[in-house]
Amino acid sequence: MANNMSDTVHFELVSPERLLMDVKADGVLVPAGEGFFMLLPKHAPVLSTIRPGVIEVSEVGKTEPTKLYIKAGFAEVSEKGLVVLAEEAINVADLSKSDVEQKLQNAKEDLEDAQNDDERRNAEEAIKHLSGLLKAVS
Amino acid sequence: MASLKDLKNRIGSVKNTQKITKAMQMVAASKLRRAQEAAEAARPYAERMEGVIASLGASVQGNDGASPLIAGTGSDQKHLIVVATSGRGLCGGFNTSIVRAAKAKISKLVAAGKDVKILCIGVKGHAQLKSQHGDKIIELVDLGHVKRLQFSDVAPIGEKILSMYEAGEFDVCSLFFAHFQSALTQIVTDQQLIPVSISEVEQAEDAGGANAAYEYEPTEEEILDALLPRNVLVQLFRGLLENAASEQGSRMTAMDNATRNAGDMISNLTLVYNRTRQAVITKELIEIISGAEAL
Repeated sequence: MANNMSDTVHFELVSPERLLMDVKADGVLVPAGEGFFMLLPKHAPVLSTIRPGVIEVSEVGKTEPTKLYIKAGFAEVSEKGLVVLAEEAINVADLSKSDVEQKLQNAKEDLEDAQNDDERRNAEEAIKHLSGLLKAVS
Repeated sequence: MASLKDLKNRIGSVKNTQKITKAMQMVAASKLRRAQEAAEAARPYAERMEGVIASLGASVQGNDGASPLIAGTGSDQKHLIVVATSGRGLCGGFNTSIVRAAKAKISKLVAAGKDVKILCIGVKGHAQLKSQHGDKIIELVDLGHVKRLQFSDVAPIGEKILSMYEAGEFDVCSLFFAHFQSALTQIVTDQQLIPVSISEVEQAEDAGGANAAYEYEPTEEEILDALLPRNVLVQLFRGLLENAASEQGSRMTAMDNATRNAGDMISNLTLVYNRTRQAVITKELIEIISGAEAL
């Protein structure tokens, strides 16, 4: 199948540890710092921050978009495609709602039991992170 | 002269040592493969990051409002030296060569009248530095318990360095680590973390090419402000991954040499053993013959 480059978006997702995804997509929905934007082929070059949220990648040849939860990062759109530099990325399909709810509950208990500032801050961060995840799942 | 029994014991103990060094070599070889993979897997992120900073940095540099992480504090009086070494020994000249390079730089800076602070990553470097520069060491980070280096292991170190920079505790930060070239060669590298060295940025720009006209969201400066601290963490992470690969490479080579030396020693000792055994037999024969002749 001769896929014309300009009809698809080349999407790369990289974390500090490794290259997580390298696919061709029809479009990508990015939760940018100033609001969502839908990235379609032939998009103008953009450099943007990403806030914690879900990226939806409509891969070529798939009906359902792949949803990925991103914990902060940067998006770079150039003529070559979209590159997302993410600190952490989780495939939403790998998460179960009850699991996340359970973890959120645990984190809330941790916050109540926190003895010092460090523990409290950790627990608060975990809660923020997990409630974002929960929104992504439901 | 050692008796036959002594020689036999000595050969036995050298053989045991050889088994250990051989095993260590094989362990290091498999760890090296994993460390190398990790270092290679981390490369895309660091390269993209460099590319973005190169295209941004060029436009922002020289502006008055530029972030101190790229423009510096305007002074170079206080230096922070981050020395990355291993948490374990028996890896040949790996730690020594990193420490030697760091010491040379420290002496140069001290001679020029600068203030130097040292942050050690890995206990081995700390042990070698503390006798001479113990008063300058501000912290020792031990990563000995970490089996596989994750970004989350490195982030706290980087954040500490950044908060020290914000507090004005140093003006220039450089990282000493061994760049992994092959299992045989590791190159000790002095990389400037803060402020971002311009030559490096320019290099990345040459390699990265496209200095496309980007739209920025939010503004150029805001993105750069968010990006630069992250870059410090990523560069540190990358340095430590390279270091981990270098350590295993160096250990593998050192243990290979040790195994070969043990082999040489065994063959020499066996030669002496056989010669001694023959001498003992000859001596016994002479005793019997001369005893018979005396009758």
